Amino acid sequence: MQLTSKQSIASALAMASCSLLSQQASAQEPVPANDDWKVDAAIMYYGEQDRVQAVEAIGNVQKAFGEDSLLDMKIVVDSLTGASASGAVAQSISQTFTRPSGKGEYTVDPGETPLDDTFQDTRVQLSANWQEILNPDWTVNLGVYGSKEYDYLSLGLNAGVERSFNKNNTTLALSGAYTNDTVDPVGGRPVALSEMVFRGDYDGDDAFQAAFDATRLDGDDTKQTADVMLGVTQILNRNWLMQANYGFSSVSGYMTDPYKILSMVDGNGESHGYRYENRPDSRTKHSVFLLAKGALDSGVIDFSYRYNTDDWDIQAHTLETHYRYYFTPSLYGQLHLRYYQQQAADFYQPFLRTEVALPEYASADYRIGDMSAYTVGLKFGHRLSGGHELSYRIEYYQQNPENNGTDIPGELNNQDLFPSVKAIVAQISYSF
Amino acid sequence: MKISSFKQYIKLLFALSIISSLAGCSSLGVEPWEKDQFARADMALNNEKLDLALDDHIYFSKEGTSGGRSLAGGGCGCN
Repeated sequence: MQLTSKQSIASALAMASCSLLSQQASAQEPVPANDDWKVDAAIMYYGEQDRVQAVEAIGNVQKAFGEDSLLDMKIVVDSLTGASASGAVAQSISQTFTRPSGKGEYTVDPGETPLDDTFQDTRVQLSANWQEILNPDWTVNLGVYGSKEYDYLSLGLNAGVERSFNKNNTTLALSGAYTNDTVDPVGGRPVALSEMVFRGDYDGDDAFQAAFDATRLDGDDTKQTADVMLGVTQILNRNWLMQANYGFSSVSGYMTDPYKILSMVDGNGESHGYRYENRPDSRTKHSVFLLAKGALDSGVIDFSYRYNTDDWDIQAHTLETHYRYYFTPSLYGQLHLRYYQQQAADFYQPFLRTEVALPEYASADYRIGDMSAYTVGLKFGHRLSGGHELSYRIEYYQQNPENNGTDIPGELNNQDLFPSVKAIVAQISYSF
Repeated sequence: MKISSFKQYIKLLFALSIISSLAGCSSLGVEPWEKDQFARADMALNNEKLDLALDDHIYFSKEGTSGGRSLAGGGCGCN
């Protein structure tokens, strides 16, 4: 339609605003949507300052079969690029490292935290879960999981059972999962605590390759994880419920990060080479999770606390809250706050000492060192007609690694050995 | 000997506390017609499951511990 006069512009605007108003009105009414299908999709960007950048797309489809059966399918695709901390310490001179593949080297400037810039991967994850309500008291579920990236494959099964009591005010849930992972690192798995070799120290490529190969183990390795979780959900009153979970996890197999190293440091804090890390091949973990969630007149609020402990001596406390406020019935804003604090694994050390005998296990990966972290996030959501919802969120995440009590020798006192990691998360989601 | 009896005492105390808290639960709760607030979509525990899954993946990749809210949902090489 072509507009030929001011009057027709005015009437077109009036029509447009009427249709917008009627859409608003319909959004507030319960819409008899097709309940059989529910689709949630989101795309997320995660970016660290000067380090890892990731984009993750996620899609979830839910299909109900009658009143009692529910199929849930999820696909996740993510892509990572950028640099991650290798574990080596900064020095006042430049440092050169052999790439994990053994092909090529990279150099880090004086005073800079060594980052391995070869970090690049794409991952695809698929999962499906079937839930069946057997009768008003019992619900069971069964699921499968698979995740594949270039150097890693994870396959898993999970199952759970729920029992309702007390007029459905109390629900007990027991679930279990078993996962088998296969690790096949680029360049092979390093021999535990073997020394990094450099091309410059050898006369020819063949001599270097032979020396590099001597630091590597053939073939892939595996890791098995068995998880059990026991949970209770309790309605407290008309507005509040609480949940308490206990989780147990037993992991055995290859848990070393094949791309992480430690600097060999002398009494003056000067580096004399690097060694590949080595972690124990078993880990037993426990977690306790407590959540309270309340319905408010114009919003929702939840608080949670999590305690983790394991036989690597890592202990962690996590406090988290989400507060949602409805500006109108179809528009909400939400605040997300999270605080995390972790105590280092007993074999964590920021560097090895040249004058001390090598330990059996060692890692300088700050992610298992002393650390605190916090997240501040904001989210806005629009409820659209037909039960659709569009939301977007932006979050700031900062990690503050700390010294675990290690004496810092000589020149290392001039370096930032525990630099903060700062990241932004941005996400758009759509549900229908 | 002393340690094992202490452990047994702790186990008994733990079992008693679970039983008593479950028994205590039976006095908590509301009648079926008072559950209007829990029928709200935003009161479901998995209401924002994509956000929770994405957050779990970030924290799993960047921190030394994970899980708690639900079964971790499988592994990846990102840690």
